[in-house]
Amino acid sequence: MATLWNNYRYLILRRFTQIGLLVLYFGANAWGWTVLMGNLSSSKVFGIIPLSDPYAALQMLAAGAVLAADLLIGVLILTLFYFIIGGRAFCSWVCPVNMITDSANFLRRKLDFDRVQGIKQPASRNIRYWVLALSLIISAVMGVTAFEFLSPISMVHRGIVFGLGFGWAAMLIIFLFDLFVLKNGWCGHICPLGGFYSILGKFSLIRVHHTQENCTLCMKCKVVCPERQVLHMIGKESLPVLSGECTNCARCIEVCDDDALGFSIRNLAKK
Amino acid sequence: MSENRPINKKKRQPVSDRRKFILNMARGAGLAAMGGFVWSAYVDEVTASTLVLRPPGAIKEDDFLKTCIKCGLCVIACPYDTLVLAKPGDNKPLGTPYFIPRDIPCYMCPDIPCVPVCPTGALDEKSVTTDGVLDINIAEMGLAVVDADSCIAFWGIQCDACYRACPILGVAITIEYQKNERTGKHAFMKPIVHSEACTGCGLCERACVTEKPAIFVLPRETAMGRAGDYYIKGWDKDDEKRLENASEIKTTTEISKESAMDSLNDAGDLY
Repeated sequence: MATLWNNYRYLILRRFTQIGLLVLYFGANAWGWTVLMGNLSSSKVFGIIPLSDPYAALQMLAAGAVLAADLLIGVLILTLFYFIIGGRAFCSWVCPVNMITDSANFLRRKLDFDRVQGIKQPASRNIRYWVLALSLIISAVMGVTAFEFLSPISMVHRGIVFGLGFGWAAMLIIFLFDLFVLKNGWCGHICPLGGFYSILGKFSLIRVHHTQENCTLCMKCKVVCPERQVLHMIGKESLPVLSGECTNCARCIEVCDDDALGFSIRNLAKK
Repeated sequence: MSENRPINKKKRQPVSDRRKFILNMARGAGLAAMGGFVWSAYVDEVTASTLVLRPPGAIKEDDFLKTCIKCGLCVIACPYDTLVLAKPGDNKPLGTPYFIPRDIPCYMCPDIPCVPVCPTGALDEKSVTTDGVLDINIAEMGLAVVDADSCIAFWGIQCDACYRACPILGVAITIEYQKNERTGKHAFMKPIVHSEACTGCGLCERACVTEKPAIFVLPRETAMGRAGDYYIKGWDKDDEKRLENASEIKTTTEISKESAMDSLNDAGDLY
C-alpha cells in the first residue's frame, strides 16, 4: 500500500484535483453550490472572486471586444497564479482533457505501440505555437474568438458541467488521435492553450529538479513523461527542468526509484 | 537497370541548406495558410446561425459572439432553466447561451438574475435598466410574430391564449375586433403584437394551442424590417429627428444621370 502511494501519489492527487474541480463546477449548475460557478473559461469563487481564462481574453482582445473590469481581474488572478506555480500545471492538474490523453497514452504504453510505429514522431512539438499565433490572427480577421468555438477543452468541460450533446465525439476524436495517430498528439503538439501556458510558465518558480549523482539511467522518467524533450538533462547534469513545456505532472518524480528527481523552488535549486 | 542510374544519382545529391531552409519556410507558410483557411471556414459556419434567441440584455449579435466567454454563469443564475449553452449538435454558435421558448420561455424575473452575473458585459446591464433600476420590460430578446394562416383566432375560433399569457398584458399583445362576414353575427378577435412593447420572452409561444405554435418568437433582426431614411412620418416630431443623421444612397441609372429638371424639360427622343 505504501509503495502504491509512493508510486502514484501525484497521479492520485492530480486526479483528485481534476475530478474535484469538475464536481464543484457540476454542483454549481445542478444543485446551486456557490464554491465554484461557471466553467474553465470564466468562473466565480464563492460568488465573488472572478477567474478568467487569459488565453480566451487574449482572443477577445484580438477580435476587438471591449474587456470588462470583472474579466480583467479574473485574468490577472489566473495569470499571476500560473506565472508562479507553472503555466502548464493547468494542463496536468486542472484540464479534463488530460485524463483522456493520459489514458490514450497509458494504452499506448501497455500495447507497445511505439515499437510498432517506431519512436520517431512525424510532427513537431512547435505546432502549438503556430496554432496559437494562427488563432489570434483568425480572431482578429473574423472578429470572433477563434479557438473558443473549436476548443475541445471547453467542449468537454462545458459538456460535463452543462450537458454534453455531441461533446462525447470530441472526447473520442482526441482519444483516437492520441492513441493511433500521434503520441501525445493533442496535449503535446497541437493544443494552443498548452502553448500559451508554456510561454506563461517560462519563469515559474516550482520546478522538477534532477540530481544526476542518484540517477541510474533507467529512463523510466522519459518513458512516462508527456513532454520528454524537457528531460534532456537526465543522467547528464544536475539541473532543474527549465522548459515551460513541463506540465509539473510529477509522473517522473514518482516513477523514479533512485530519488534522482523531485520538486524544488526555482531559485533555491540553482544555489 | 542502367536507365535508372541517373535518377538515383540525382536523389543521392545532398540537399543544400539554402534549399532546405526555403522549403521548410514554404512548408510552414503553406500549412499555416491551409489550417487558417479551414479554421476560418469552420468559424464562419458555426457562427452563421442568426435564428438564435439570446438572454435579456444581450448586446448586438456580432459583438455578442466576440464578447461572450461561454462561462454559463447566466445559465446557472436562471431559476427556470430557461437558458442553455449551445452543445455540439445544437447547430447554434457553440457554447453560447440561448433559449427555446416553446420548451421553456423566459419568465421575465423583475431582478433579472442572469444579467448582472455576466463577467464580460456580453449581457449589458445598462440596456435593461431604467432610472437606475433593473427593468425587464425593456428587454429586447426577440419579437413575437403571428402566422395568420394557422392562428385559429384569425379563423374566427375564439382563442386568446397568447394574449392572456403575455406578461405585459394588453400592451405587447392587443386583441383587434373585426366583424366576421362569413357568419354575419360573430367577431374575429385577432391577436396583434406590438414590436415596441414585446420583449420576446416567448410565454405566448409556449401558451399557443396549435400543434406547431402560430405565434412564435424570432430574433428582432430577423422579424423586423427597416423603413430607411427616405420615409419619414412627417406628422411625428420624434420620427423627423431621424433625418438629422440621415444617410444617402446615390445610384446612377440611364434616367437619373441628369438632373430631374433636365429630363422633364428635355423631350428627349420622344419627337
